[in-house]
Amino acid sequence: MTSYDIVIVGGGPAGLAAAISARKAGVEKILILERDKELGGILNQCIHNGFGLHTFKEELTGPEYAQRFIDQVLNEKIEYKLNTMVMDISSDRIVTAMSREDGMYQIKAGAVILAMGCRERPRGALNIPGYRPAGIFSAGTAQRLVNMEGYMPGREVVILGSGDIGLIMARRMTLEGAKVKVVAELMPYSGGLKRNIVQCLDDFGIPLKLSHTVVDIEGKEHLTAVTIAEVDKNMKPIPGTEERYTCDTLLLSCGLIPENELSRNAGVEMNPVTSGPVVNESLETNIPGVFACGNVLHVHDLVDYVSEEATRAGENAAKFVKEGEQEGGSIIELFATEGARYTVPSTINPDRMDDLLTVRFRVGAVYKNSYVSVYFDDERVMHNKKRIMAPGEMEQVILQKTKLKEANPKKVTIKIEAE
Amino acid sequence: MVYDVIVIGAGVSGSAVARELSRYEGNFCVLEKCEDVCEGTSKANSAIVHAGFDAHTDTLMAKLNVRGNEMMDELCRDLDIPFKRNGSMVVCIDKETLPELQKLYDRGVANGVKDMRILSRSEALEMEPNLSDSTEGALYAPTGGIICPFRLCIAMAENANENGVDFRFNTKVENIKKHEDGLWHIRTNNGEYITKYVVNAAGVYADTIHNMVSMDDDKIKIIPRRGEYCLLDKEVGNHVTHTVFPQPSKFGKGVLVSPTVHGNLIVGPTAVDIDDPEGTNTTAEGINDLITKASDHVKNLPIKKVITSFAGLRAHEVCHDFIIKEVKGADHFIDVAGIESPGLTASPAIGEMVGNMLRDMMQLKAKENWIATRKDVVDPSGLSIEERNELIKKNPAYGNIICRCESISEGEILDAIHRPLGARSLDGVKRRTRAGMGRCQAGFCSPRTMEILHRELGLSYEEITKSGGHSNIVVERTKHQKGGEQ
Amino acid sequence: MEKRELTCIGCPMGCQITVELDEGQVISVKGNTCAIGDKYARNEVTHPERTVTSTAVILGGDKPRVSVKTKSNIPKDKIFECMKEIDNACVKAPVHIGDVIVKNVAGTGVDVVATREVSEK
Repeated sequence: MTSYDIVIVGGGPAGLAAAISARKAGVEKILILERDKELGGILNQCIHNGFGLHTFKEELTGPEYAQRFIDQVLNEKIEYKLNTMVMDISSDRIVTAMSREDGMYQIKAGAVILAMGCRERPRGALNIPGYRPAGIFSAGTAQRLVNMEGYMPGREVVILGSGDIGLIMARRMTLEGAKVKVVAELMPYSGGLKRNIVQCLDDFGIPLKLSHTVVDIEGKEHLTAVTIAEVDKNMKPIPGTEERYTCDTLLLSCGLIPENELSRNAGVEMNPVTSGPVVNESLETNIPGVFACGNVLHVHDLVDYVSEEATRAGENAAKFVKEGEQEGGSIIELFATEGARYTVPSTINPDRMDDLLTVRFRVGAVYKNSYVSVYFDDERVMHNKKRIMAPGEMEQVILQKTKLKEANPKKVTIKIEAE
Repeated sequence: MVYDVIVIGAGVSGSAVARELSRYEGNFCVLEKCEDVCEGTSKANSAIVHAGFDAHTDTLMAKLNVRGNEMMDELCRDLDIPFKRNGSMVVCIDKETLPELQKLYDRGVANGVKDMRILSRSEALEMEPNLSDSTEGALYAPTGGIICPFRLCIAMAENANENGVDFRFNTKVENIKKHEDGLWHIRTNNGEYITKYVVNAAGVYADTIHNMVSMDDDKIKIIPRRGEYCLLDKEVGNHVTHTVFPQPSKFGKGVLVSPTVHGNLIVGPTAVDIDDPEGTNTTAEGINDLITKASDHVKNLPIKKVITSFAGLRAHEVCHDFIIKEVKGADHFIDVAGIESPGLTASPAIGEMVGNMLRDMMQLKAKENWIATRKDVVDPSGLSIEERNELIKKNPAYGNIICRCESISEGEILDAIHRPLGARSLDGVKRRTRAGMGRCQAGFCSPRTMEILHRELGLSYEEITKSGGHSNIVVERTKHQKGGEQ
Repeated sequence: MEKRELTCIGCPMGCQITVELDEGQVISVKGNTCAIGDKYARNEVTHPERTVTSTAVILGGDKPRVSVKTKSNIPKDKIFECMKEIDNACVKAPVHIGDVIVKNVAGTGVDVVATREVSEK
């Protein structure tokens, strides 16, 4: 069996950044396993701009952003294998992979970094009533067809869900000559960025209907029409509010789900809120030497944060490889309550953390002029006013090692407070 | 060319009949209006092999159910398809209806169902811990099983085809008349077919076909009875291990909860009579209804783990029995009509019965070189690393995973495309390999499967469909270019 | 006097801003809650600009399309004119990030450039 110091599952933005930082931290034998035919992951089909403002201080498109990391991987001569599917990861870090060229083989990994990303929620999981004709796509599938394969799924489009991919595809389809008739969003707010609502919908006169959902799909072979209706506070359609739109394409942009089948099979403990692994301050899962970063850990809003998180995962994996499993120190548990939905990480060992630790979380509703509060046990130690917080955007607080060690709390709680 | 027998419909009944006919010397053909086998009732049902206690004693339904169940082990071995006798349970949740369980048991015995037992509450809960807390007892039938309806239908059709039966797809019957030559002339959208004998296995359209040839006092009416289903993620596929039914009512066997032979959990069906024989749409009421009903006898139903919902139509005939006989006044025209549940279970027995009828009527001679077996698309998931590498060495396409959710390789997809009656659409590939049937529901793999169909069948992207007809996936190239060339 | 309603994109607040104009001159900006909003609104009503991203046909490449963008913002009302020129463009592989695909698109003085590497087949 061949062995590597670090095996990285996934060659998207998370895997690339993790590989680069692990190499910079002095790890020699690193292997990236990528299932697609090229590195870069989903960024390759995200041809719009808006990436990299935090990382590179300039606005890049997805492929350009990916290329900056790919270039570094090439410069560092980090090994990678394309068209390679990881079939299994065992709890003792044996990775089973497969490809045309190499067949099925096993690798003994000093550390494993999970960077598989996420997938879109399909129609089936939404239980939308109606027929099941051709012409219904998740927005990302349509994005791949249009941007990479160069094919148009249809000419008259309805979009359900106002996540950023849905908004971006509304503009993309319009620029390619399709008519986007309406974007319906189940929630009373959009999950997408304001900028995308203005530049992808308003610029082209595409209506956004909040608190609306699809209640019927027509067409036995190919989609011919969808009906949308307004929903009440319990998300139930309100009779009499139905509007029918003839169309040949329905795009679904209704949420992303971290892809953790491999993690689960390996015995990685999951957080039911994020659908990603439970990790500590080192982004390490309950299995020693198995780390997670990027959208497989929790769905991010900006790729810049994915790169930043993955950089830390790479550094920590390098440390694990060099120093082995660290014993000792106290474990502080993190809790998200009252508006905060989850935290990443879930636990902190102050002895192992950096001087500053970014804790990321999301809120469950739109909050205006509210406070992000951090409690060490029952004592409030942070109270930051935010003009606006929304479920579509990640929030963060930064904890200081010195303060945590000084106070030595059993638990840290993050909550959203009105005052 | 004059055929000896033409079978109308390539669902599970028509395919079973075709396979039985393929045992004999003769020219046989199956006409199918869709682009593939298994496109109607056969593709959307509970995927259950019923034990046979439900149908009323002395009906054809009861007889063929029990016979079909008996035949299933050998047939599935011959056809190399998965089948599991996981056992069925009918759960009683109301003390007052306990005596009905006994009646069901007695009926099962009278029908010839073997090894049934009445379970006490505690026995039932021990065998199936997620039964409702109000469980009072259950009927247990160990001969009940689960099967893949696509694979059964496809395998029988494929085996028939390998043994010489023609299949004509996208061929819709428009009119049938007996001419003076004493032969049946079948007009279709693809020209005329002439045959000595006809088998009407047209599912929800069996009445339309029957009524083309029957006398005025012998019209039948098939009512499409819609059943909606939810299919749940494999993560919760072991929520129950038996097929769990409520006690039956006049609307049928009720909403069952069962593992599938592929490890998912299936919940359904509802039962609503409709007019439209193509009305396979799901409804909000239907889905809510089946969730409520299933929750009566199975607790903590993990319905949030649904990966898809769908609806199928049962070909319900008002007399509620299978109609398998020569039509009065239409010699050599045999109906296989009203094949609703337990039609999937009964299909091998239906094939056998119709095959025997035709053998006797036509004095068919058995073929010497008939092949009873076929090999299914290889399922590499059960192979060891060494065996898998052996396979990849022979054909590297088995090393290239296309469907991530179900771990389906390009090799399996190529096999599905190039075997007899091979796949020509995304659904065709899906039903033969499970590519696209997993939790992402083909989000990732459909562009890749399209690429393979394009390459292997020489179809342009614009010609590739979800399931034939007008179900095209893309309409044109971007940048206003047509036909794939630059 | 003309009134224009805008949604600010400066932050997730998405303030609804009303701008009053007189013969193209901004008279007042209302509804914004910070200076970013004021600046955004003034730009947006006088000379709105966008970056256009799309794909172009590439011949002999390992991909059928190369992704492209306008190298900087172009006037918003030139978006569809720009798209027309991108749709009609056709380049030969190989192409590198930054290679010009359309020069001076729609007379804006801005080039359309490739945003990904495409090798020869």
